[in-house]
Amino acid sequence: MYKGLAIIFGFLFIGEELTAIFHLSIPGNVLGMILLTTALLLGAVKLEDVEKEAEFLVRNMSVMFIPPGVGVVLYLNLIKSQAVPIFTALLISFIITIITTAKLVEVLRR
Amino acid sequence: MNAFGIFLTLAVFCAFSEIYKRKRAFYLNPVLLSILLIVLLLKAFDIGYGKYMDSAKILSFLLGPAVVSLAVPLYKQKDIIRTYLREIALGIVFGGTIAILTAFYTAKLLGASEDVLLSIAPKSITTAIAIGVSEKIGGIPALTAVLVILTGVLGNAAGVEILNFVGIRDRVARGLAMGVSSHGLGTARIILDDELSGAVSGLAMALNGIFTSLVLPYLLKIL
Repeated sequence: MYKGLAIIFGFLFIGEELTAIFHLSIPGNVLGMILLTTALLLGAVKLEDVEKEAEFLVRNMSVMFIPPGVGVVLYLNLIKSQAVPIFTALLISFIITIITTAKLVEVLRR
Repeated sequence: MNAFGIFLTLAVFCAFSEIYKRKRAFYLNPVLLSILLIVLLLKAFDIGYGKYMDSAKILSFLLGPAVVSLAVPLYKQKDIIRTYLREIALGIVFGGTIAILTAFYTAKLLGASEDVLLSIAPKSITTAIAIGVSEKIGGIPALTAVLVILTGVLGNAAGVEILNFVGIRDRVARGLAMGVSSHGLGTARIILDDELSGAVSGLAMALNGIFTSLVLPYLLKIL
């Protein structure tokens, strides 16, 4: 278990350091994910060394969104005053994205 | 450190998860309901967000290693990527860009402020990555988190019906469109219909997270 966690936190640390040093606009954790995927593909990290720990974290990700989400409590007035643009944009963007993407891929598959 | 926030979060999420296990309806989404109830409780008892976050931040810190861990499901699906490389690559570049542009410009036309526009731009990618992207580009991460979850609930509730309504039958197209438009919650819904669609949807979610976090900061400069 400690080996898996050390690898995961190690890649997180490397990702954070690299984004800070090179002023990258990508979040450190995303870079960590890209690097870990690459390491798995190259065989530098063995799947069985990280599989259980990684799948535990991914499976339980939902509860981790709650504290940042509760942060909306600080912006309730902002949301109230811009409710129409916010919710209309969500709805329209969702409908256009799902239909056009599905159509494009369907055409590509023919 | 005071254990109030972490206790409240775990207890409320545990309760809503039990309810969701009994009845899997989209409007019973445990994350969304937990956020709403905790916000209401903090308001009702006049408790500051800082006091809540004091220990609750331990949970959100784990989003970092959890995002890194997405490498494992991504790696395990490498054969599907190889098989549908062209469809997946073009679908994500197209769908990921459309999702950003349509949200950004609709909100802008309707008069949304700059910080709201930046918060809404990454709303189609998975919550964990969206929070980091929002922070990087100067949005409000908390607002992004809620908008992302609402988008997911929308996909979970209506995505399959929309795809059926416009007559999309292809399993790869259905999965990809769900994953790109409504991330994990869309994936959770389409996987019930078809395993291949579900796998493609999960992949599309992870890859769109990477694509959007790479492209959005540059795209915003020309919008």
